[in-house]
Amino acid sequence: MRLVRAGRIVADQYVRVLDDEPIPDGVPVIVPAARFLADAEEILRREAPTGVLWPNNRRIAELAPHLDRLALVALEFPSFKDGRAYSQARVLREQFGFHGEMRATGNVLRDQFLFLMRAGFDAFEVVKDADAAVFAEAVARYSVFYQPAGDRRIPALRARLSLGTPALCERV
Amino acid sequence: MYLYDDLDRTLVTERAAEFRDQVARRLSGELTEDEFKPLRLMNGIYLQLHAYMLRIALPYGSLSSDQMRTLAHVARRYDRNYGHFTTRQNIQFNWIKLAELPDAMDDLARAGLHGMQTSGNCVRNITTDQWAGVAPDEIEDPRVWAEILRQHLTLHPEFSFLPRKFKIAVTAAAHDRAAIRVHDIGLRLHRNGAGEVGFEVVVGGGLGRTPFIGKTIKPFLPKRDVLSYVEAVLRTYNQFGRRDNIYKARIKILVHDLGAEAFAKEVDAEWQPIKDGPLALDPAVVAAVAGHFRYPSYEALSDNPPELAKARASDRRFATWFANSVTNHKAPGYAIVTLSLKPEGGPPGDATAEQMDAIADLADRYSFGEIRVGHEQNLVLPHVAQRDLLALWKALDALGLATPNVGLVSDIIACPGLDYCSLANTRSIPVAQELTRRFRDLDLAQSLGRLHINISGCINACGHHHVGHIGLLGVEKNGEEFFQVTIGGQADENAMLGTLIGPAVPYAQVADVVEDIVEAYLELRTRPDEIFLDTVKRVGIEPFRERVYATR
Repeated sequence: MRLVRAGRIVADQYVRVLDDEPIPDGVPVIVPAARFLADAEEILRREAPTGVLWPNNRRIAELAPHLDRLALVALEFPSFKDGRAYSQARVLREQFGFHGEMRATGNVLRDQFLFLMRAGFDAFEVVKDADAAVFAEAVARYSVFYQPAGDRRIPALRARLSLGTPALCERV
Repeated sequence: MYLYDDLDRTLVTERAAEFRDQVARRLSGELTEDEFKPLRLMNGIYLQLHAYMLRIALPYGSLSSDQMRTLAHVARRYDRNYGHFTTRQNIQFNWIKLAELPDAMDDLARAGLHGMQTSGNCVRNITTDQWAGVAPDEIEDPRVWAEILRQHLTLHPEFSFLPRKFKIAVTAAAHDRAAIRVHDIGLRLHRNGAGEVGFEVVVGGGLGRTPFIGKTIKPFLPKRDVLSYVEAVLRTYNQFGRRDNIYKARIKILVHDLGAEAFAKEVDAEWQPIKDGPLALDPAVVAAVAGHFRYPSYEALSDNPPELAKARASDRRFATWFANSVTNHKAPGYAIVTLSLKPEGGPPGDATAEQMDAIADLADRYSFGEIRVGHEQNLVLPHVAQRDLLALWKALDALGLATPNVGLVSDIIACPGLDYCSLANTRSIPVAQELTRRFRDLDLAQSLGRLHINISGCINACGHHHVGHIGLLGVEKNGEEFFQVTIGGQADENAMLGTLIGPAVPYAQVADVVEDIVEAYLELRTRPDEIFLDTVKRVGIEPFRERVYATR
């Protein structure tokens, strides 16, 4: 596994803490959702940044009251075909205004990078080294986007208006 | 029709390049078949019984003559010289080699064609009335809305890995030719009491293993809200739809389990925060999309010109075809012409490369270069001047594309069945072929009137058997092919599921059973214009059951 953040392979500063382990002091941690919710105040009082691993069968709205004190939310892709976390990510970014790190974890492969980025993810726990190595190339594959999403890209429906008269092809 | 601009073309080209890279990684072993599968599916590539199948998207069933020529080229160069038009208004090729797929995709991309989202658990090709834009009974052109939705939902970052496939249909006509009530989302443009045009939103319809007629969750949705509301439905489904069992993963199960009212509440909760955001449709955006549609410059003509009247009076075969395959157009002096892809003995929906090229030429000569695909697996030339009908008919007749059986007993909808499909229990195509032979007598077919037979080779219901006036569903019993028979289904604005008439019948008897049902109908109907469906409604299934099972 390689962590990609801001387009580069980086070292992971965060420690994953399981349900029954003690939470270490002074280090950034990622704790499971249930444990975090059971003891949020205590965990957030620590000196170091806190992240939460949120499962995709739990309503993301439950996390809303804590978001301004969380440094990271990790969302899960148990399989590449399970797309629930894309919705969670967009709601976190676009409706709850979460500005911290949003990390994709699980079965994260090259062909999802662009979708993930557009949904608002900015950190990726990439399964295959070869995929992590071509991250920049994979997210630059498309230059046209049809819909507004969690990134700032201008969708085609809007772009056409600013382009003026579209260059139509009379015979497609 | 919709004309691609640079943005649309760029996206399709970039998609083809990405796909070439994915195939290369599969061929080199970098991707396992498991990892490659969802990627190929999102480009319309299935692995069937004998080979890869490539399904090309024809958005809302509309294509230009040049695109049709490209399809002919793909059939010739990469396949076995034919293609199969589908009930989703698409086309599929059944014999493509994996290593050649990237080249085929490039050739298609040059014509603005692609296989994006024609399979996989994403939003599939959006369908609409095959007569959109020319039907006299529509309140506006639904293709503009299908196109806005197509763009919004193409490579959508949030909805490309849904629990299951997702199908949307739009209609704007009084008579629903798009079967919106058996779709995941059905949108019906209509006018409310205040005279404004908006959408009725129907969700949770569908066929397959557990058929449901969709429920209306929004009787009137303003046009500006259509993207945000569809997004809210998809977001609700993406989060809460079942993923543990593929047979319970469609939105219809979620709607059924929660109840339509509770489901509508969930959607509303997702909708409120986004309805006034970037998805609210600015009329300028709608106008920009509408501006990409080119409408023919019709001549000022009158209905029923002397050439047509003369031809109808003097040529009985032409008159029969005219009565069957030609429909009123909204422009005076023009007509909508349906090309039957259901010749006697032919597989429903197939066309050869030569036929495709010839249809493209005829479209250029007689239909402003435009062709449509209908969900009944026939083609349509949507803008034919009535004075040209005789010449067009002669050309179509020579090509085997003028069988006057549109909407009749031999205009059968069938899935590919066991001849191609790895999911099928039974063959479908040979049953359809046999039925077209049994009902080859066109006078009989005419006298039977409107009668739709739909055949599915398995419970996945690709042949929409539940909504056939007569529906045949292939099942397997002890390794033998059998068919369950339903009657009384319909897919239009009065959508209903058919009723099972009794135990499944063996493959070898299914054509006899259909003949028995048809004979029973002829005896039961009170007037020649009481169609089969109305007779079933009046007398119920019992007389049909008796006829079929009395001697079996």
